[in-house]
Amino acid sequence: MSSAADTARHQPNIPLYLGIFGALLVLTVVTVLVSYFHLPRLPAILIGLSIAAFKASLVGAFFMHLKGEKALIFALLGATFFFVALLFLLPFLDSRAISEQQVTYSGEKAASTGHAHVP
Amino acid sequence: MTTPAAAPYPSEHVPTTGIPNGKLGVWLFLASEVMLFATLFTTYIVLRMAAPSWPAGWEVLNVPLATLNTVVLITSSVTMVLAYAKACERDRAGFYRMIGLTIALGFAFLVVKAFEYGAKFHHGHFPSTDIFYAVYFTMTGLHGLHVIGGIGFNVYLALWAREHWEHPLFIGRVEYGGLYWHFVDIVWIFLFPGLYLL
Repeated sequence: MSSAADTARHQPNIPLYLGIFGALLVLTVVTVLVSYFHLPRLPAILIGLSIAAFKASLVGAFFMHLKGEKALIFALLGATFFFVALLFLLPFLDSRAISEQQVTYSGEKAASTGHAHVP
Repeated sequence: MTTPAAAPYPSEHVPTTGIPNGKLGVWLFLASEVMLFATLFTTYIVLRMAAPSWPAGWEVLNVPLATLNTVVLITSSVTMVLAYAKACERDRAGFYRMIGLTIALGFAFLVVKAFEYGAKFHHGHFPSTDIFYAVYFTMTGLHGLHVIGGIGFNVYLALWAREHWEHPLFIGRVEYGGLYWHFVDIVWIFLFPGLYLL
């Protein structure tokens, strides 16, 4: 093996991987336990997604070796997350129009919307 | 006159970026995958915001089975990164054990998912039933296709290792296969609370 490739490679750390495994299992249990409290929607979303984001960052940092990765990869991911954030925020700019659509989850128009063009 | 050099294996050492081309390619691919799943999550947000009523995931979906699948997929991520560690340590038997476990856990995920889908179909819930099930089947279905794709690449790695254990690109390919597999795990880490617990 060429030494250049060897030095560029992320050194595996098995005890660390197993530690992260334990943390991910604990966080999964916490996520499920919190959901049994049936919290109001906003705290439930915030807690659920915060734990998910933390789990994802553990997987990214240690299993995908983003910790210690080159700046170019972070630039690439930064651009990606910028557009993801844009995509997530766009609907909220128009949230009033969306909620006025009043589409039931079964796909039918709700009867009580009272649109202006109804005679 | 010297013979022209045979086309070399693309070197893992790329002076311009400092990153092997394969790794940069996989990360670019994953960036496009992030956008693909982000559009589906946005669609889910918009549809749910527009709906005056929406079932809580835990009311209609099987949380214990999905929790089991979460543990299965997280465990498979660990075995995948251990396969990479074994490849780096040049422990061939260890590599086969870990990549084999990863493949088996991938299948286990699909089997559990098939039971979940089967129960839904049995109760007459199909993607066309309502918007909730359309979202559920589209997102978990696309994720399931990714699991199948990941299993396929891991099987390829296991087979390729038999002849190419010493190949200069072997460890890199295990690493890139791992990047994809961990990404599939991360998607599920968001799908699980997003669909089942909220």
